[in-house]
Amino acid sequence: MPVKDYLRLRFFPHLWCAGCGHGTIMASLIQAIEELNLLKNNVVIVSGIGCSSRLPGYLDFHTLHSLHGRALAFATGIKMARPELTVIVPMGDGDASAIGGNHLIHAARRNIDLTAVVLNNSIYGMTGGQNSPTTPLEARSTTTPQGNIDPAFDLVELAKGAGASFVARSTAYHAAELKQMLMKGISHRGFSFVEAVSGCPTYYGRRNKLGSGVDLMRMFKDRTVPMGSEKKKNDPSLIERGIFVEKTRPSYTDQYRYVTQGDCKDS
Amino acid sequence: MSTKSFVFTGSGGQGVITAAIVIGEAAALHEGLNAVQTQVYGPEARGGATRSDLIVSSDPIRYPKVINPQVLVCLTQEAYNKFAPIVRPGGLLIADASFVSTVRKADARQIVLPMFETVKKELGKTMAFNICMVGCVLAFTGIVSKDSVVKALTSRMPPAHLEMNLKALDLGIELAKDYGNSVAAGCGKTAS
Amino acid sequence: MSGTLRFIQGNEAVVEGALYAGLGFYAGYPITPSTEITELLAERLPKRGGTFIQMEDEIASMCSIIGASLTGKKVMTATSGPGFSLMQEAIGYAVMAEVPCVVVNVQRSGPSTGLPTAVAQGDVMQARWGTHGDHAIIALTASNLQDVFKLTIEAFNMAETYRTPVILLLDEVVGHMREKVIIPNEGEFVVQRLITSVPEGTDYHPYLAREDGRLPMSDFGGVHRYNVTGLVHDMWGFPSNDPTVAYNLLRHLVDKIEKRSHEIARYQEHRIEDADILIVSYGSSARSALHMIEKGRDSGIRIGLLELNTIWPFPYEVVRRAAERTEIVLVVEMNMGQVYQEVRRAVKTDRVYLVNRFDGVFISHNDIEKTLNVVMGRGV
Repeated sequence: MPVKDYLRLRFFPHLWCAGCGHGTIMASLIQAIEELNLLKNNVVIVSGIGCSSRLPGYLDFHTLHSLHGRALAFATGIKMARPELTVIVPMGDGDASAIGGNHLIHAARRNIDLTAVVLNNSIYGMTGGQNSPTTPLEARSTTTPQGNIDPAFDLVELAKGAGASFVARSTAYHAAELKQMLMKGISHRGFSFVEAVSGCPTYYGRRNKLGSGVDLMRMFKDRTVPMGSEKKKNDPSLIERGIFVEKTRPSYTDQYRYVTQGDCKDS
Repeated sequence: MSTKSFVFTGSGGQGVITAAIVIGEAAALHEGLNAVQTQVYGPEARGGATRSDLIVSSDPIRYPKVINPQVLVCLTQEAYNKFAPIVRPGGLLIADASFVSTVRKADARQIVLPMFETVKKELGKTMAFNICMVGCVLAFTGIVSKDSVVKALTSRMPPAHLEMNLKALDLGIELAKDYGNSVAAGCGKTAS
Repeated sequence: MSGTLRFIQGNEAVVEGALYAGLGFYAGYPITPSTEITELLAERLPKRGGTFIQMEDEIASMCSIIGASLTGKKVMTATSGPGFSLMQEAIGYAVMAEVPCVVVNVQRSGPSTGLPTAVAQGDVMQARWGTHGDHAIIALTASNLQDVFKLTIEAFNMAETYRTPVILLLDEVVGHMREKVIIPNEGEFVVQRLITSVPEGTDYHPYLAREDGRLPMSDFGGVHRYNVTGLVHDMWGFPSNDPTVAYNLLRHLVDKIEKRSHEIARYQEHRIEDADILIVSYGSSARSALHMIEKGRDSGIRIGLLELNTIWPFPYEVVRRAAERTEIVLVVEMNMGQVYQEVRRAVKTDRVYLVNRFDGVFISHNDIEKTLNVVMGRGV
């Protein structure tokens, strides 16, 4: 199917700014779903609130635009109630790791079979450029006018620490690589965490004098390296891309079925 | 019967709440009576004085708590000190001989029975202490039949514990009977 | 009514009612005094083919039941004061996105951690206005366990009928009290189900109300794919800033409940035909009020009780009619006058008095009698 067949064109144009990385990430997601041959009726997309969370509205699946930070909690209810559905959860960085941080670590701990995709642009874009838990130290935002003093979360490390059984990172620039990671993450039985680094030229780029959307894309190209690359040894400030964790661990719905099945009598 | 009100007091873990439920269930499910059981929860239920109220009546029960019980059971000194004043004048106060000395002059018939000691001696374990107390309450009040309590115990207790609890129930009924005989013989220990 | 006679706690009566109504998904988080509901369902729901999960907090519990409801399951969560506060944002979401769900709040003393094990009825207004923005809500309550069972089923039926969250507003005394309940055999009570099968090929507009005001709901995973959002949305569920869309949506959300308050009103009248004095009460307080009615009647006072089982939408008309021929109205509740204010709005007489407690002690007939003596000019 062409990409446009997965879109609700009735609701276009979308609201993302020119140069925003979210559109290419959405395209990677659509291509991943297309290549996996998933039926539209079996896919649920659940988001929180923010720029990234407008993504489900544009997609022709069962879509739930939930509450800020709570997407994984809503998604957990859907997955537990209908384990056969494929549930994908796009979130923003503040959405997933600030207000929704608790749900993130518990979804990872449970290893519930959801695919969390964090569109990390290091800023709260929808509300106009405030500091998020992934804003780098010293970066400027409307709430860190003197420079950010909050150390940033490394979301990959956070997901690993919380027990996610699939953890990967790529960027809006590496669209084909991201698609492959999303395909693996969606196919993975258990909690999959994919960080998709995105750019916000409007609020993050401009305030930090990083240039246009194109400049941000160039930065993703130049400042990231594949996992285990030699370059990283020489320049530790480079950010690694790749699949950091991919392990087999019983998924939550499988375990739930296991402990409850065959026990059909009411007391 | 019209209405009979009970307050069971002791410390957390002694099973006063279970005792109230067992009698309540016997009355409600097996004797066609109405019964309402409530309890005071909270820090008090973790070792301090704990309390469970029970009302049994042939009429509908509205207000579900007991203000002045006709029957008050005290299984610890702390519970006795705290709750003895609420017993209804002319009511019945049952206390355990191992844990309570009845110092207070209550306007009630106070009966002190060696329930704990008897259960310990006869059963080797003290777990069913509360059901022995249920036996005493049954024998003194006739609130429900022993059969109904046996049914309630059978439905509530894990099978492994049932036999011990049934024995404890009998021990309680016997204790009360012996007490009655000794009072009749003029040598019972009453503190009122 | 044929069924099984049980001697159980109010919290267990909720569980029985929910299972009877066809509960399919439950999420909860431990909190006194509602924990027994969560514990019992952890044991029993999987055996009925339903799904139970203990979430990381009450926010997550509330969100996950909304998610599960969208897949077509009947859903519930239970909590108490602090947890109910945490759920408010998501309750508003369920109102806005019209997702059926039942939220049990076994009230305890507040504000904040308050007296965690002590009874209160201080969440009446929180049930009404706890979530932000104009909206309507349904809240039900009961004073005895047979009614708790019945109203739990009604809560599910109303959630399904009106596609809205329904709050079952119980209290610590009702939740923890044990008394007789008949659990009826299947078929004794009507269990309703929302229309969920929208045939394939239908031009489905999830948020376009039918002429009867109801919204057929296609399940996630079904043949109709649509968007659900907490934003103001059009008939497709897609966000809209159009003032006309916003007006129509809010009007619909409020009217579907407020205009049907006569259908939703559940109440019981005890000896009000010839009453000179009317007591209005609800929840466990109504037990003490009824005790007072019987005691008062025995001593020749013509006194009657209106027990409310529907608190929201407030049954103003029912209260007005019940108070029509009485000069004196007492409102008995365990808060500082949350229903009292509504009763004042409903009745003509100025002689409306509040009989209350808010110290964690269960209000008794003696408390009521003292006030009654004063208003009758007898002194204390």
